[in-house]
Amino acid sequence: MYWTLFLTFTRIGAFTIGGGYAMLPLIEREVVGRGWINREDFFDLFTVSQSMPGIFAVNISLFLGYRLKKIPGSLVCMLGAILPSFLMILLIALFFTHIQDQLWVERLFKGLRPAVVALIAVPCFTAARSAGLTWKTSFIAIGAAMLIWLLGVSPIYIILAAAGGGLFYGLRIKKD
Amino acid sequence: MIFLQLFWVYVKIGLFNFGGGYAMLSLIQDEVVDKHGWISMQEFTDIVAVSQMTPGPIGINSATYVGYTCVLNAGYPLPVAVLGSCLATLSVCLPSFVLIWIIVHYFTRFRQNRYVASAFLGLRPATVGLIASAALLLLNSENFIDYKSFLIFGFAFLLTWKVKLHPILTILAAGVSGLLLYG
Repeated sequence: MYWTLFLTFTRIGAFTIGGGYAMLPLIEREVVGRGWINREDFFDLFTVSQSMPGIFAVNISLFLGYRLKKIPGSLVCMLGAILPSFLMILLIALFFTHIQDQLWVERLFKGLRPAVVALIAVPCFTAARSAGLTWKTSFIAIGAAMLIWLLGVSPIYIILAAAGGGLFYGLRIKKD
Repeated sequence: MIFLQLFWVYVKIGLFNFGGGYAMLSLIQDEVVDKHGWISMQEFTDIVAVSQMTPGPIGINSATYVGYTCVLNAGYPLPVAVLGSCLATLSVCLPSFVLIWIIVHYFTRFRQNRYVASAFLGLRPATVGLIASAALLLLNSENFIDYKSFLIFGFAFLLTWKVKLHPILTILAAGVSGLLLYG
C-alpha cells in the first residue's frame, strides 16, 4: 500500500509542470478515481490546503496521505510528490554551473527573463478578480506591494499585518 | 552556520506562504537574494523560468536549487551541497507537516472557523499585493536590458492574458526569441 501511494504521488509530482493547481485534475483522477476518497472529501481537503500556509502540492499530498494511512502515509505521499522536482532541479543545478557561461545559454535566458515577469504580472490581475477586490480592499493590495517594492519591507510583516488586520476587522468591527 | 540559516530561512518561507507560488516569490527573494545574498537577482529570475518548465512548485524548486548553490559557494564539497539541497527542500515542507497534524486534530471545520475566516479578510487582498511586488521587483535593469526585453515582455503578457497560452509554451517562445534576437 505504501509503495502504491508513493508511486502514485511520484507520478502526480512528475507530470505537473508549472506547479500548484496544475496538479489538481491529475490528483483527482488518481485518488478519487481509485476510490481512495470521495469527491466531496477531496474538495474539502483541497480548500483547506489552499487556505493554509505552505506549498499547495505539499499540503494536499500530506492531507491525502494522512487520510489514507495517518502520519506514515502523509510522509510517503509528500516525499513521493516532491521527489521528481527535487531530482530534476538537482540535476539542473549540477549541470547548470557548467553551461551558464556559454553564449547560447546567456542568449536563451535574456529572452526568458522578461517573459517570467509577464507570467507573474498576469496573475496579479486574475488574483485581484478572484479575491473580489473592491476600491477599499485594493488599497491593502497596493499598499502591500509598495511597502515591499519601494521600502523593502519583509513580506513576513505584511502577512502578519494582513492577518492581524483581518482578525481585528472580522471579530471587532464587522460583528456589530 | 550555513545549514542552520538554510533550515530557518526555508521554514520561514514554508510558514509564511499564503496564496500560492507567485505570492511566495517576494518572500523567497527577500530572504535568499536580499538578506543572505545566496544567489543573485538574475539567478533568481532564472530559477523562476526553469521552474515553469520543470515539474513541481516553485517553492520546492527554489529550495532545492538554493540549498545546493549556497552550500557549494560556502566552500563545501559537492556531496555536502546535495545534502544542503535535501535540507532546504525538507525544511520548506516542515511547517505544512506540523500544521496539518494540528488541523486534523483540533480544527474539524478549518474554513468555517471564524478566526481563520477573519484573518483571510486581510490576507486575500494582501496576496494580490504580494504577487504584484514580485513582478515589480523583477522589473529591473538586470532582466530588462534593452527595448527587445520590453517587446518580449509585451508579447508574453498578451499571450498569457488574452490567448491564455500555457506558461510552458510562453517560456519556450521567449527562449527561442532570445536565441534569435540576441544572436
